[in-house]
Amino acid sequence: MELIYEKSRPGRRAGRIPRPDLPAAVVPDALRRATPPRLPEISEPELVRHFTALADRNFGIDTGFYPLGSCTMKHNPRVNERVVNLPGFRDLHPLQEDEGAQGALDLMWRLEQYLVEMTGLPGISLQPAAGSQGELTGLMLMRAYFADRGEGEQRDTIITADTAHGTNPASVTMAGYKLEKVATDERGNLDLADLRAKVNERTAGLMLTNPSTLGLFDEGIEQVAEIFHDAGALLYYDGANLNAVVGKSRPGDMGFDIVHINLHKTFSQPHGGGGPGGGPIAVRETIEPFLPVPRVVREGDTFRLDRDQPKSIGRVRGFAGPFGVFVRSYAFMRAYGPSLTEMSEVAVLNANYLLARLRDAYELPYDRHCMHEFVLSARQLKREHGVSALDIAKRLMDFDIHPPTVYFPLVVPEALMIEPTETETKERLDNFVDVMLQIAGEAADSPELLHDAPHSRPVRRLDEVRAAKEQTVRHGFGA
Amino acid sequence: MGYLSLTDRDREEMLAAIGVSSVDELFEQIPAAVRYAGPLDVEPELTEQEIVALFEQLAARNAHTGVELSFLGAGVYDHYVPAVVDAVLSRGEFLTAYTPYQPEMSQGALQAIFEYQTAICELTGMDVSNASGYDGCTVAADACYIAKFATGRTKIVLAETLNPMVRQVVKTYAPGFGLEVVEVPHTDGAIDPDRLATATQDAAAVIFQQPNFFGVLEDVPALAAAANEAGALPVAHVDPLSLGLLEAPGAYGCALAIGEGQAAGNFQSYGGPHYGFLASRTDFIRRLPGRIVGETLDAANERGYVLTLQTREQHIRREKATSNMTTNQTLLALAGLVYLSWLGPQGLREVGEVCTSLAAYAKSELRAAGFEEVFSDRATFKEFAIRVGRPAGEVVRAARELGVHPGYALGRDYASLDDALLVAVTEKRTPAEIDRLVDVLRQVAG
Amino acid sequence: MPAVESYPDDLHYHRDHDWARLEGDEAVLGITWFAQDSLGELVHFEAPAVGATIALGTSYGEVESVKAVSDVIAPLSGEIVEVNDTAVDAPELVNDDPYGQGWLVRIKLSNPSEVDGLLDSAAYSAYIAEL
Repeated sequence: MELIYEKSRPGRRAGRIPRPDLPAAVVPDALRRATPPRLPEISEPELVRHFTALADRNFGIDTGFYPLGSCTMKHNPRVNERVVNLPGFRDLHPLQEDEGAQGALDLMWRLEQYLVEMTGLPGISLQPAAGSQGELTGLMLMRAYFADRGEGEQRDTIITADTAHGTNPASVTMAGYKLEKVATDERGNLDLADLRAKVNERTAGLMLTNPSTLGLFDEGIEQVAEIFHDAGALLYYDGANLNAVVGKSRPGDMGFDIVHINLHKTFSQPHGGGGPGGGPIAVRETIEPFLPVPRVVREGDTFRLDRDQPKSIGRVRGFAGPFGVFVRSYAFMRAYGPSLTEMSEVAVLNANYLLARLRDAYELPYDRHCMHEFVLSARQLKREHGVSALDIAKRLMDFDIHPPTVYFPLVVPEALMIEPTETETKERLDNFVDVMLQIAGEAADSPELLHDAPHSRPVRRLDEVRAAKEQTVRHGFGA
Repeated sequence: MGYLSLTDRDREEMLAAIGVSSVDELFEQIPAAVRYAGPLDVEPELTEQEIVALFEQLAARNAHTGVELSFLGAGVYDHYVPAVVDAVLSRGEFLTAYTPYQPEMSQGALQAIFEYQTAICELTGMDVSNASGYDGCTVAADACYIAKFATGRTKIVLAETLNPMVRQVVKTYAPGFGLEVVEVPHTDGAIDPDRLATATQDAAAVIFQQPNFFGVLEDVPALAAAANEAGALPVAHVDPLSLGLLEAPGAYGCALAIGEGQAAGNFQSYGGPHYGFLASRTDFIRRLPGRIVGETLDAANERGYVLTLQTREQHIRREKATSNMTTNQTLLALAGLVYLSWLGPQGLREVGEVCTSLAAYAKSELRAAGFEEVFSDRATFKEFAIRVGRPAGEVVRAARELGVHPGYALGRDYASLDDALLVAVTEKRTPAEIDRLVDVLRQVAG
Repeated sequence: MPAVESYPDDLHYHRDHDWARLEGDEAVLGITWFAQDSLGELVHFEAPAVGATIALGTSYGEVESVKAVSDVIAPLSGEIVEVNDTAVDAPELVNDDPYGQGWLVRIKLSNPSEVDGLLDSAAYSAYIAEL
């Protein structure tokens, strides 16, 4: 399909803006642009058709089943889009005086109360823009907390699980910490003996996803918390998998001191083809003084942004956070109320149902009930028929199903990480099972069908080596 | 309740297939001591209609730019957002997809990001762009991380005329990056290139803003030259809507160009979500944070697009990654692409010209009404600072009583500018509205 | 055209899948067939600078495929005297000819006796068979 730049014709245009009857703008010659940017020159009808055609070549939750493990691709309620577009939210300037933003501040304060209730931790900052920024903020809070206690130099190491998302180790480095990895035992829990050997007076904290990226709740979480707290270290909860445990188990009660929540996963901010997200953090009282500014403060019936927090780490992004994400997430929470608990129950039920029906056709590396997601391995299919997890992923596309996450977590070879979420019907789940069983059969009978998949998408398999070598990352305009 | 889809019968059949008698059994892997007894202490669930009513009440307590005449900018602006942006963003195929890990399912998003990267490169005069950063603040921190590895140096120089919020975010990130931050004070509202040159010795990067936080046009070629002379990377923080009129950072020697994308295609939305853009010369492509889309061919030799150079990223390079970023701001960047395509090069230049003309009109009317410009010798773009004769915060409150938000009180960030007001004029303002601003300020100023 | 698996007898091998060919007081270094096969088609070689000092058992560069990145570990200590710029420009040479055109760097040895700690072809082949 043509690029919008290839549809461009000199002199064509879509938008016009009012031209007031005023003298022309004066800009010093030395600063004036010499060559105009080659933006598209296109009429509005063709503009609309171009992006409609692109939308047709994209697959969202609205299109079909999207069991992308670890990403919690649940239905995005449309009422959230309606309310976020109310002019009182959409057209509100972030530097508006607090008196002129009472509705926005009230909403943020209410959202904070929900997050306190669900995490079991009292201090909230809504500022981080995504989960990974929440992680980095959490580690900065650890630095500030230990510096304040005179242990800043001493505690220089963060421990992560070998099943951790790549964001965890990347955040550790960006926060200036050293990284130590702890192994997973045969039940998929943290290896406590390995942990005891590695936690010491140099440890600042642990970063852990619970349930883990294997979709398993760590059965030794109480001992884990004890090991770290006894060593004077802190526990960070990566909330990527919170959708499994809302109202069932709270990170604060598990012993975690700092938590981030992915509003775009658990609370249905649409993923937007890659973003935006929201990564608020919740912390224990002892860490609250270090939270980013500004913070939302309630005084009687009025609300204000407080920028005066002397021990704060500072600001991690502009303004008070991704406000539109707050609007959608709060609307989502209000639609459930106390039955947010049931949201997690059904997410776990759906995942276990798929697991029960697929366990005989695929290899199951950890034989336990799962939480909201589970990991299968295609190792045996690869050994016996030369069919990889990637081949299975590509073949699923021919049935209008988005593939699961593949090749993660790294501890499982040929991993297929499946997360159905709570919003699917049983018919959708059954269809996925039927297709997965059919593909397992095809792997044995006609493996070439899988190697050549997908057969029904706008493009065939793409040459990623060529892309990486040629590095064509912008249109060349025929140059 | 909520958005669940199972019937009671579905549940029974599913529990039977799993081989458990209740959902509770599935949660028994959670140690009893850390199970939550519940129920969650939150308000009862609402129907859709009740949600709309509640949110309308909340929204009504906000003084938005549809009810208050606004000259407030300082980083986020009340520019016009065309209807095609709403139309494209409401397409579920874009809205409800995630990162295009599986390119055959996501050619639409991938091509759109490729087109966005092209637009950002064209605006900034750079060779490569990533698929977006969180906002105009965090991309500045990203630029510092790139500069640290590119130069092996650990000092970052920030112009004092760089948006204070951007500087605050850089300072928050710097200790973890192992960077020290130095600020260069302004001289009558702009950075003196000689002063910058002195501060820049041994620096990894220099970040300056064009137009700067006061709306003033900096002598950016001289600033970039001072940085290049010292072997530091010049980084320009630019307003995308100025780049139809003002020279591109690539044309005056910058290594990187960054900025806040809100003005191009996003609503103000009380500060987000918006998008930050980050573009550089080819030299730094392997150090860029976040997603990058590249062109390639499929098995049938047809053109297609994929996420590329992913070995930079956290899911492969882990603790050595160029960034921890996963979720970015694709949807908002898509709004930027749609907006820039709607305007085209001619429209973009016109927006810049109209903003500048209107701002010049506002300046001259305010001058005629007796207001003094803070930096009267400096050329400006769509924003400028005036003195209002008493603490500007008081003037803002008094003007708001009369239905006008006159601008940003600079004393919030610059102690010596307590009586200064930063006035922003976008193409949405009319001469008549500017007359009203002048009239109101005349009433409330000291 | 990917090479066929082989571990030439005239080379010395390090357990991190690197080889060394001794040439007087210098050595040519590269990665083994096993290493390039595990990574897949290489798209990038991040080479050290000529003049840099490298130490046995530590990383002196990186090789990347589309989905993986790996440190290149020095099998011997020394100073870089030459980088294979042809492999920098066309890293797939490492896949096609890992012991020939796909060599990575030439070093001047600082401690030639380190060779005694490396594996010969038979020992390395036995080692990877266990992996």
